[in-house]
Amino acid sequence: MTFPHSPSRRDVLLSSGTLFAWAYLPKAAQAEGRDPRFLTIVLRGALDGLATVAPVGDPSWVSLRDDEALTLGGKTAALKLDNFFALNPAMPNLHRMFLDHEAIMVHAAATPYRERSHFDGQDVLESGMTKPNASDSGWLNRALAGLAPGGHVDPKGSKIFAVGPVTPLIARGAAPVLSWSPQRVLPASDDTVHRLLALYRQSDPKLTHTLEDSAKLTAIEQAGGMAGRKPGGPGPGQVRAYFAEVAGTAAKFLAQPDGPRVGALALDGWDTHFNEGIAHGHLSQLLGALDDALVAIKTNMGPAWRETAVVLITEFGRTAHINGTDGTDHGTGTVALLAGGALKGGRVIADWPGLKPTNLYEGRDLKATTDLRAVLKGLLRDHLRADERVLAADVFPASAAVKPTPGLVLSA
Amino acid sequence: MTVRGPQAAALALHRFGLGPLRNSIAAIASDPRGALLEELDRPGAGRITSALPSSGQASRAVFRFQAERRAQQKLVQRAKKVAEAGGASNPFDCKQPPTPEPCVPSAIAVEPEKQGKPRQPPLPQQIILDEAKARFDAATGADIGFVERLVWFWSNHFCISADKIPAMAGAYEREAIRPHVLGRFADMLQAVESHPAMLFYLDNVQSMGPDSTAGIDRDKGLNENLARETLELHTLGVRTGYTQADVTNFAKVLTGWTWFPPFEPIHGGEFVFDPILHEPGDQIVLGKRYPENGVQQGRAVLADLARHPATAHHIAHELAAHFVADEPPPTLVAKLEKTFNDSDGNLKAVAETLITADESWTLQRTKLKAPAEWIVGVLRLTDGGPLIPIGQVMGAQAQLGAALWRPPAPNGYSDREAAWIDGVPHRLNLANQFANRLAMAMDPLGMLDSALGPLASTHTRDTVARAESRAQALTLLIMSPEFLRS
Repeated sequence: MTFPHSPSRRDVLLSSGTLFAWAYLPKAAQAEGRDPRFLTIVLRGALDGLATVAPVGDPSWVSLRDDEALTLGGKTAALKLDNFFALNPAMPNLHRMFLDHEAIMVHAAATPYRERSHFDGQDVLESGMTKPNASDSGWLNRALAGLAPGGHVDPKGSKIFAVGPVTPLIARGAAPVLSWSPQRVLPASDDTVHRLLALYRQSDPKLTHTLEDSAKLTAIEQAGGMAGRKPGGPGPGQVRAYFAEVAGTAAKFLAQPDGPRVGALALDGWDTHFNEGIAHGHLSQLLGALDDALVAIKTNMGPAWRETAVVLITEFGRTAHINGTDGTDHGTGTVALLAGGALKGGRVIADWPGLKPTNLYEGRDLKATTDLRAVLKGLLRDHLRADERVLAADVFPASAAVKPTPGLVLSA
Repeated sequence: MTVRGPQAAALALHRFGLGPLRNSIAAIASDPRGALLEELDRPGAGRITSALPSSGQASRAVFRFQAERRAQQKLVQRAKKVAEAGGASNPFDCKQPPTPEPCVPSAIAVEPEKQGKPRQPPLPQQIILDEAKARFDAATGADIGFVERLVWFWSNHFCISADKIPAMAGAYEREAIRPHVLGRFADMLQAVESHPAMLFYLDNVQSMGPDSTAGIDRDKGLNENLARETLELHTLGVRTGYTQADVTNFAKVLTGWTWFPPFEPIHGGEFVFDPILHEPGDQIVLGKRYPENGVQQGRAVLADLARHPATAHHIAHELAAHFVADEPPPTLVAKLEKTFNDSDGNLKAVAETLITADESWTLQRTKLKAPAEWIVGVLRLTDGGPLIPIGQVMGAQAQLGAALWRPPAPNGYSDREAAWIDGVPHRLNLANQFANRLAMAMDPLGMLDSALGPLASTHTRDTVARAESRAQALTLLIMSPEFLRS
C-alpha cells in the first residue's frame, strides 16, 4: 500500500531550506548555559492511566480489574515505581528512565473537560481552553509565540515542529509550523476494522463478509509471520516501527544545533473498549511501542537529552472498572508521563483520590485531583522560561488559579 | 412512493451525482429533481474549457518526444564508442574519460535532473496528468456532478485504453464524448467510431479491404475488431441477432477509416478516409444494402445502428443498471427505451427520463460506488481536491483496480457490485490515509450531516460519534455503507 504522503520528508527538507539557517537560540537559556527541548506527544483515544501506572498499593485496585489487574507479583509482574505505584511491564525503558531520575508520572490528572467525547476532549487538551471549540490555535503554539523576546527565549523566526500531514491543533497558531510526515503509512488499525465490522453487521451482509474475510486473512498472515500487506490492520511490528520513526525523527530535528526547540506529534489507538489486553494484548503492545519511541527519542537527542523534556498527554482516562467486553470505557482522571534528562525525575506525583466506589468520579472514573494545566504550566515556565502571566492569560486562558507545578525540572 | 426533501436531495447527490459538497444537501433540498434537470440545461454542460492539446497535436508531440529520446540515446552510445576507441575525434567535446552522464549537443539534450528539484514528468505522462486534472477538477467542482457522471458513463461505454494509445486518452473523451453527452446518440457514435483513438485502439487502422488497392498490393485484408465491438458493445449489444456475415460486411464498410500516422508533421494523429484501403462495392449489413459511397457508406450504417431498437434497449438497460440498480426495474428500462426511440436518441431527453421516473428514486441503495466515484466523493466532501496532487488521485484509482482510462478490455470497467466489493478492504486503507490528510479540524457529526443527511442510520451516526479521533471518524464515515453505496 503506497499512497505517498505529501509533504514527503524530502519536500519538507527542501521547501524549508532555511530550516537550519534561522537562529532560534533561547537567550535566557544561553545565559544559563541551557538550550531546552520540549516535545509533546498526544495520545489520542484516551489512555487507560490505571493500566499504565497501576496503583498496586490501593486495596480496591485488584477487584476493579480482576484478572487484568497489574500487581507486583503474578504472571506478569508490574515494574515497581514506589510503594504504591507500578508501571506496566511493557515499558521497561521508561522504568529505567524513572530509576535514573529521568521520568515523572503524574497520576489522577485531567484537563478541565468533564464530558466523555473524544473530539471535544482532544479539543480541550490541545487548545488549552476550558471548553471545546473555543480556539483555532493550540497551547503549545501560543506558548512559543508568547515567549518574550529579549530577556527570555526569543520566539522571532522560531518554528514549531509538527509531525503529520495535518498539523495537530496543539501546534497550530501564530508561530510558524515546520511539518514533517513519515513516509511509512500505517494501514487502518484493527480497532477501525472492528468498528467498521460492527457497523456493517447492522445492515450490510455483503460488506460484512468481505471485510471479515480480509481480516481473517490478515490474522493468518500475521500469525504465520508473513509480511502482511493486505488490508485489515497493521501488525504490532508495524506499529512499533511507526511510533519509533515519528518520535525518533522529531528528536532528530529538535537535536539540531539550530533546529526547532519545540515539537508535537500525536499517536492514535488508545481507545480500548474491548479486549484491552493490559498485560499481554493490544494495550501492552501499544505501550511497548511507546516505550520504544521513548528510547528512539533519547537516542536521537544525543547530548541534548539532558536538556529535554517530553510530555505524553491524553484527552481523558478510562473507567476504573473493567467493562463487559474486557475493556474500559471513557473516563476522567488518567496519567501524564514525563521523560527527559532535564527532569527532576524518579517520582510519581499524585494526590491520590482512592478507588473505593465513593471515591470514584460519578461512581465510575478515577477522580481527577491534579489539573493537567498545572503540570504543563510548570514545564513551560521552568523549562522554556515562559512568563507566568502569559501562561495564565494566553496559553491557558483563565487559569490564574491553577498554579504551575513547581520543581519538575532540574536547576529550575 | 415519492421521496422528497433532504432525503431525495441526499439520494440525488449519491445516486446521480458525485456526492455532496459541504452544503449540497440543503442547497437542493427544495427541489432535488429540478436541480438535477437544471444541471442538464446549463450552457456548455459537459464541456471542459481548459486549453489542452487536441488528439492530433498530442500524438504529434509525443511522437517527436520519443524520436528525440531515441536519438539522444543513440548519440550517447556513439559517444561512448568513440571514447572507448581512444576518444581523439570525439565530436562533442566530452571530457575524458567518458562519464556515465549523457554527453550530447544541447539542442536535443534533455535537461538532467537538477539536484533537489522535482523532475518534470516526461511529456507523454504530463499530457495524461493535465487531462486527468481537467477531468478531476470538473468532477470536484460540479454542484451535483450528474453531467460528469454521464460523461464517465459514456466514456466507459465507448472506452479506449491509454495503455495502447496514451497520447490521446484524455483528448478522445473531450472530443468524441463530451460534445455529445447531452446531444444525439447518433452523433456521439459517429464521433467515436471515426476518432483516431478508437480506430487505433480497435485496430481499424490495420484493416484494409481484401479487394482494395492496398489490400491487393500488400496481400492484406480485414481486421474485424472495430466492426464487432461496435455491434456487440457500442450499439446493438451481444446476442441481438447479428451474424458473422454482418460483422464481416460491416468491417468491409469501415475499411479506409484510418488516421494520419503521428509522424505526419501537419495532420499526424487526425482522422482520414483513405480510399486506397476501402473495400469497393455495396455491402449488406443486418439485411440492408448499403451502396458503395466511400466514407458515407460507413456513416449510413452507423446512422441506422444508432436508431436500431436493439440499441435503444441496450443503452436503456445499461443506463438504468449504472445509476439505479445492478438489476434495474424493467419498467424503468422500458421508460428509458421509449424516450430513446421517441426522441431519436436524444441523450438529454433520456437523462431527463432517468431523473423523472419514480423507479429511479427507490430508497434501497444497492449499488456500490465504483472506485473513482467513491474517491471523488471523498474529496468533494472534505474539500480535499486541492490537497491531493492529481498523480496521487490517479494512483489511488489504480490501487483500487480502476486506473483512469486504462480498462483491461473494450467492454470497459464494470459498474456492478460484484466487480468492486472485494476491493472494499483496500478502500479502507485508502480511507485511512485520506482521513489522516483531510480530517483537519472538522466536526465529525457536521461532516456526517453534510455527507449523508437523513440517509445516515443511527448506527452510522453512533459509530462516527464514538470514534477515537477525527481521523478515525472520517475513515468510518466514508467507509459506511451509506457512503459506499448509491
